[in-house]
Amino acid sequence: MLRSRIAPVIALALVLAACTQAAKPPTTTVAPSVAGGEKPVSGGTLTFIVNAEPPSFDGHRETTFALLHPIAPHYSLLYKFDPNDLTKVIPDVAAEQPAVSADKMTVTVKLRQDVKFHDGTGMTSEDIKATYDKIIFPPTGVLSPRAGAYAVVSAVNATDKYTVDFKLKYPSASFLTNLASPWNFIYSAAKLKADIHFYEKNIMGTGPFLYDGNTKGQDWKGKKNPDYFGKDKDGTKLPYLDAYKALIITDANAGVTAIRSKQAMIEFRGFTPSQRDDLSRSLPNDLAIQEAPWICVNYVVPNTTKKPFDDPRVRRALTLAVDRWGGGEALSKTTIVKDVGGLMRPKGPFAESDTDLVKIAGFGKDAKANKDAAKKLLADAGVPNLSFKFLNRNIQTPYEPVAVYLIDQWKQVGITATHDVKETSAYQADLRAGTFEVALDFNCDFLDEPDLQLAKFWSASKAGKGLNFAYYDDTKLDGMIDAQSRETDPAKRVKLVGDIERYAMDEMAYQYPVLWWYRIIPYLSVVRGWKIGSNHYTNQDLTTVWVAKK
Amino acid sequence: MRRYIVGRLLLMIPTLIGVAILTFVIMRAVPGDIVALRYAGSSVPQDIIDQERHILGLDKPMWAQFVDWMTSISHLDLGQSLWTGHSVVDEVQVRMPLSIELAILATLFAVALAIPLGVVAAVKQDTWVDYAIRVFSIGGLAMPSFWIGIMMVLVTLTLWGWAPPVVFTPLFEDPVANLAGLILPAIAVGYRYSAVSMRMTRSTVLEVLREDYVRTARAKGLRETLVVVRHALRNALLPVVTVVSLEFAFLIGGLVVTEQVFNLNGIGKLLVDAVAHRDYPLIQALVLLLAAVFVIVNFVVDMIYVVLDPRIRYA
Repeated sequence: MLRSRIAPVIALALVLAACTQAAKPPTTTVAPSVAGGEKPVSGGTLTFIVNAEPPSFDGHRETTFALLHPIAPHYSLLYKFDPNDLTKVIPDVAAEQPAVSADKMTVTVKLRQDVKFHDGTGMTSEDIKATYDKIIFPPTGVLSPRAGAYAVVSAVNATDKYTVDFKLKYPSASFLTNLASPWNFIYSAAKLKADIHFYEKNIMGTGPFLYDGNTKGQDWKGKKNPDYFGKDKDGTKLPYLDAYKALIITDANAGVTAIRSKQAMIEFRGFTPSQRDDLSRSLPNDLAIQEAPWICVNYVVPNTTKKPFDDPRVRRALTLAVDRWGGGEALSKTTIVKDVGGLMRPKGPFAESDTDLVKIAGFGKDAKANKDAAKKLLADAGVPNLSFKFLNRNIQTPYEPVAVYLIDQWKQVGITATHDVKETSAYQADLRAGTFEVALDFNCDFLDEPDLQLAKFWSASKAGKGLNFAYYDDTKLDGMIDAQSRETDPAKRVKLVGDIERYAMDEMAYQYPVLWWYRIIPYLSVVRGWKIGSNHYTNQDLTTVWVAKK
Repeated sequence: MRRYIVGRLLLMIPTLIGVAILTFVIMRAVPGDIVALRYAGSSVPQDIIDQERHILGLDKPMWAQFVDWMTSISHLDLGQSLWTGHSVVDEVQVRMPLSIELAILATLFAVALAIPLGVVAAVKQDTWVDYAIRVFSIGGLAMPSFWIGIMMVLVTLTLWGWAPPVVFTPLFEDPVANLAGLILPAIAVGYRYSAVSMRMTRSTVLEVLREDYVRTARAKGLRETLVVVRHALRNALLPVVTVVSLEFAFLIGGLVVTEQVFNLNGIGKLLVDAVAHRDYPLIQALVLLLAAVFVIVNFVVDMIYVVLDPRIRYA
């Protein structure tokens, strides 16, 4: 009798104890710096979480970070982003910075001569040519989703054993940084020649870690490549780690549990503010946190082929109704959005100043005036009580809170938006078929680069086919995007991008960002040598990462 | 009897073909496909999407895709996952041991709890013992197993800083690590499962205890334990066996949320991922597999009936 009463009491006490712990205020620890003055220690295994499974193993073919996080450490790139300053591009298997010809039509890259593939063969310019030919000029049956990003390239030539020339059709502002694309793994020409699909199911790179097996749906392992060419500034051989293990944990709460129980050290994509606070409370002495603005954003996309969204007044009203500044403050407490910005990442190299930004419809700070203007526009357009279905995908973070916020904002100007949530595949099908009225779209890139962030703004029947879900054609806008792409003077390019923002987001109000995402990485403080960047694609080769001994 | 068994085995074939056709048609009726999903959110032009659809054969008419699939099946080839490009057999093989082991552990836990408690509740009908057991079993029915799982993880984590291993270790590689990974999910799932079986055991034992042959056994002066165990329980087990067996079959592929909570790399999670990815060959193979498990378990249950109740004869 007594026992049967005690058991539930104990259980309740345990649950209450857990809840009491959860109610403590969070404490945020400061992340150790990457350089930090500490001398890196070699050895150890880094265990990290990847919250999706890589599809194939081929970086040239896939577009998901779930491939990069476990697989990038096996490969080198021609150039990469500096792990200590992620705004700089530095050579990886290239020996030095590229040389650009006087007419800016030829880019010459000299290669290191000490790079070996994991099978022991030396890397030469033929491998670079084969790699970039596969990316830029894929043969029939080979998919290269980023081939368009290199449309400027007319040929890749191996001019001698360790020199490669990229011949361009016209001078390009983005080409050099695009050579540091994290997807452009250097592959072996011999392997590609034997089987162009070899890398879809096999790993064989020149990177800092050798492939050490994987269990589908569970984990991925790499071990130190003793023949890796990289050395740090003190001459110590890289990588520092002996091994790494990527754990595939798809449920975010299970991911938090894995870090909390110290089964995993870090997850490189990001957690929500509440998950960060939870970890911070649980591991007050063992946690470091790095945060950064993120080159990811949600767009409101009115389908301009559907009435009344063919009317710019209605589209302007939709954007005017949204108080982004208030939304950023409120939503950043619970989800991964924060900064207000235009088409380029706020505070990034191409971002407009706030002074210019607030002049664009929907970005002004006087929310009441904006809403009044929205109501007037709707009335002028003959739809004062507009109602529509608002298409969204069934991903909680941050899509759901962002959509709920938008719906509430629209309600305040008399718009009734019904939240039409679909699983990602069905959502994508609607976007691509144009069978929606207004949708919440999204975009993530590895670089602050107008050519990437403006890709969705090209005319839908031309370069924007399959990308521009607002379904408009606008030759004027196409011309503006093309002009900025060819402009190699950074200052002039910033101005051209500003013009595009004013035209596309204000005058025509085709599609517009809501709030830019904010990346939060809480991790065990024993992890050193990794620095957060404004994207979750680059800086993942783990070359400079090390594990401190406690 | 042999004829009956052969007949039952042959009947499985049209059942499975029916399941195959239904799955094939239903999945293609659902909007979206794997290619759109694969390139969701990235600036991938339409011609790449179209090319990939062509490579995967998704641009063929539905009947042609069905013929291709049935031809592969007839050669015992379940095809390749559209998502990973690996063979469906490989994908399933990796997850199956975990799912089977978890189902067995949960069943053992459930049966070990349900049958004794169910019998005790029946024997002690309307006493505080009966009430306590019934409250306990209602708790199992009322609380979703994934919630119990979350609570267990939260409690062990908060009190001892321990959580079950997030990586599955095969039983023969390291039995302790294996058990550490599966014990909490087995309890979380087994508790709900035991509640169903416990209530079934209690009601069937109660029914049997009122039968004439039980009264006769008591009149012959048999000990109460013998009466309950040998005469009542054995006859009460038929419906319990049915419930336990079907629940076991369900556990193989039905523990999606529990697998997510404990990050278990099982068949349920694989099936949900396959549906989310619109990975047709994998979905079709998994549904067929799970249907086959149900059909076989059903068949085995029918055979167990014969053992438990000699009056049952199949002709």
